[in-house]
Amino acid sequence: MAAGHVRLENIGKRYGELWAVRHIDLEIATGEFYTLLGPSGCGKTTLLRTIAGFVAPDEGAVFLDGQSVNRLPPWKRNLGMVFQNYALWPHMTVFENVAFGLKERKVPRREIEPRVLQALEQVGLKGTERRRPSQLSGGQQQRVALARTLVIQPRVLLLDEPLSNLDAKLRQEMRLELLTLQRDIGLTTIYVTHDQEEALALSTRIAVMNLGKIIQEGKPREIYESPGDRFVAAFVGKSNFFSGTIIRSLDGHLEIQTEEGFMIKAASPPGYKSAGDARKVLFYVRPEAIDLVEPASQPPNVNQITGRVAASAYQGSLVEYEIESAGRIIRANDTNPKGKPLFQRGDEATITFAPEDVGIVSE
Amino acid sequence: MAKTETVPVFVPGIGVDWRQAAIVTILLGLLAVFIVLPIARVLWVSLSDGEGGVTLVHFANFFRRPLFRESLWNSLVAGVLVVFFGSLIAVPLAYLSVRYDFKGKILVNTLATLPLVIPPFVGAVALQLILGRSGAVNLLLMRWFDTSIPFMEGLTGVVLVQTLHFFPFIMLNTAVSLSNIDPSLEEVAQNMGSHGLRLFRRITLPLMLPGFIAGCLLTFIRAVDDLGTPLMLNYKNLLAPQAYLRITTIGIDDVDGYVICVILVVISLGSLVLARKYLSLSEYATVHQGAAVARPVAGMKRVAILSFCALVLGVSLLPHIGIVILSFAKVWSFSLLPTAYTLDNFTEILFRAPHFVKNTLLYTGIAAAVDVFLGAIIAFLLIRSRIWGRNLLDAIATLPIAIPGVVLAVGYLRVFHGWDFPGLGAPLTSTWIILVVAYTVRRLPYTVRASYAALQQVHVSLEESAQNLGANRLRTFVKITLPLISGGLVAGGLIAFMTNCVELSSTIMLVPRIESGPISYGIYLYMQSPLGRAAGAALGVVAIVLVSVGTYLTYRVFGGRTGSAFRL
Repeated sequence: MAAGHVRLENIGKRYGELWAVRHIDLEIATGEFYTLLGPSGCGKTTLLRTIAGFVAPDEGAVFLDGQSVNRLPPWKRNLGMVFQNYALWPHMTVFENVAFGLKERKVPRREIEPRVLQALEQVGLKGTERRRPSQLSGGQQQRVALARTLVIQPRVLLLDEPLSNLDAKLRQEMRLELLTLQRDIGLTTIYVTHDQEEALALSTRIAVMNLGKIIQEGKPREIYESPGDRFVAAFVGKSNFFSGTIIRSLDGHLEIQTEEGFMIKAASPPGYKSAGDARKVLFYVRPEAIDLVEPASQPPNVNQITGRVAASAYQGSLVEYEIESAGRIIRANDTNPKGKPLFQRGDEATITFAPEDVGIVSE
Repeated sequence: MAKTETVPVFVPGIGVDWRQAAIVTILLGLLAVFIVLPIARVLWVSLSDGEGGVTLVHFANFFRRPLFRESLWNSLVAGVLVVFFGSLIAVPLAYLSVRYDFKGKILVNTLATLPLVIPPFVGAVALQLILGRSGAVNLLLMRWFDTSIPFMEGLTGVVLVQTLHFFPFIMLNTAVSLSNIDPSLEEVAQNMGSHGLRLFRRITLPLMLPGFIAGCLLTFIRAVDDLGTPLMLNYKNLLAPQAYLRITTIGIDDVDGYVICVILVVISLGSLVLARKYLSLSEYATVHQGAAVARPVAGMKRVAILSFCALVLGVSLLPHIGIVILSFAKVWSFSLLPTAYTLDNFTEILFRAPHFVKNTLLYTGIAAAVDVFLGAIIAFLLIRSRIWGRNLLDAIATLPIAIPGVVLAVGYLRVFHGWDFPGLGAPLTSTWIILVVAYTVRRLPYTVRASYAALQQVHVSLEESAQNLGANRLRTFVKITLPLISGGLVAGGLIAFMTNCVELSSTIMLVPRIESGPISYGIYLYMQSPLGRAAGAALGVVAIVLVSVGTYLTYRVFGGRTGSAFRL
């Protein structure tokens, strides 16, 4: 088995009466960028710290490269962890910070310097060796923390919300750098975040977590395009949810009447069996799948709802609309609005979307 | 004439705020008269050749006298030894109490601060009854092994008493530093392969050094400054008692006394500067992300920890035990325990000579109130204004930390003796007011620090939003700032109050008449005669009760951060 393989078997950790995580099984192959995505308190950090060895699981086992490491203390696991606050030692220079792990590994003195310098160069921080962490900007501290971890050539890289303390622009830059770096080195990476965009952009696979459980696991496109339930559909991206009743199913399409009285045509999910109609369903439509048109421009057609614009926010690359109809708010994003007329608050507008953009999450 | 309307313009950061300037001027004037002037006079006398010139001949004379050389050496050695032995007790206790969770931990934490509530000179007397030449322990040793150990003789006794009294300073400061270390700093080191003693040496120790050094410094300065302990143990070859003896027996004009004072100040200031320099070099902004989780301990490990604590704290509580027993004793000499018990001692000090307790409450009460008032103003100017002179104000107000009580007292005697103070019609030193002044000045640094720390927590936007909603500056201060910092103010005041309750080194020189003396002076007087010892112990018990109540209230107000009030 190649180095950098991680397997969790039925992991459970309890704080008092409360299970922070429970019944967690997952397997991460060498070289993967695996993200634990979920809201705060969902147990993702607990899980990461369990792998690192800072949390002893009450149930189950952690396997690294096929070996159970439950009894192995953190300092013997050879995993590189980057903390949310970077945790740079303030009493050491940048060089000493990065050299620390090498010294702990009794790497010969003459090898330490070139390796530290190379690691710093790798993260674009050449020339900062003599500085103290407090003299660096947030982004630079982040890079030192990364260099300090990479230099020891860990089996697995563990990242605990490493970008959350950076400002928006820097975060985007670092995201791309991290992506390139990880793909270049091919280091198995486990990434914890609550930022769905980050997760989608970086990961080879994502596990969406909530309330101590993994709700759905899959590639970024699977997670976004076919969320398994309402939580995933709402947490990863934005969604307009409707509940309704299936009126009938016809050659690959379903006709659904929502509680508000809208008639919706939806593409049948793959493997759908018409097990009797009149069943309750929950479905969603992504805001970016919805188009806005002038109310009079077309006769009422399939998947068209007319309403009044309740809010309109122009953001350059897109316009966010909120349309009120039959007592509820529907969000619609008009992407690439350049040159198009904009709807204003109070205008009448009709929204329209394709049957393929209707996602059914539970029945 | 056209009606002109004057619109008050408030331009922050530009021009001088005249009200603040006036306050700064008044404060600087006060501090100059009561802090700078006395010290300057002491320095001047030690350097003056009597004809307006400057000479170092007095210092040369000091170093020519073997007694003075020995005293200087002894003072330094005693200070270092107290810090050393104090650290041996304090650092393990601090580490255990911050990093481990075990049954009985609260008890350990409480007991470890108890030495602070007993004045060291009171503890000295009590320890002599237990460990002294004819104390309980040596009596037993004589009876069983026909031998004795001179615990309390000479320098050993001074170091022993001071170690047991001062180690909590090191412990409290170290514990604060330890608990401020972000747990992830250690976790990441573990993640890198470090653990155990190596982890402690390379990460934990350097990160807790600021607090540890601050504690050591405070201990060192206090130990060198301590006059009561050597006097009580009748060991006079130290700088503080030498200064005291020169001035009180030979006279106010004896130059040697002043030279010793200057050397005392140089030692304190020097160590303060050294420590500051080190601290500023290693000023770590340890982000505090939730307290480090204390590891639960049970079984044999817990037994080991508790045994260590019990041993250390048992010894450090001996003075308390001794003093309580003595206060109820009718006769206690050359016996394990008193041979007869009585309540007479308390009747004596509470009814026959109640002025000691009354005076202490009066003086320390006034001094604490003034300290809180001044401390709040100075802290406010330091944090919220950009006015010129505020840093000077801070420097002078903090200076008393490094000025031994003896030195301040000598300075006061020199400056105010024979000068009819304006509005008083008599020299300041002939009334009890001089004691209040000395107490106020000596503890001002504490209230400045406490207010400063409290005010730092109040973000300026809290005040700005009040002003934005229409409150003027005074109303903002009263309605927003004051309530938010009141905890810090009260805590600072309580600390000033309780440390002044047991102040002896300047008291002993400044008390104008016996009936104006406070508790500490009363204890000193009673302890002079074997017959009065028990009454002195009863006064000591009163002092302990006062300080305990103060400590308890401080904990209630300040919570776990009480240690930070004893910081630099």
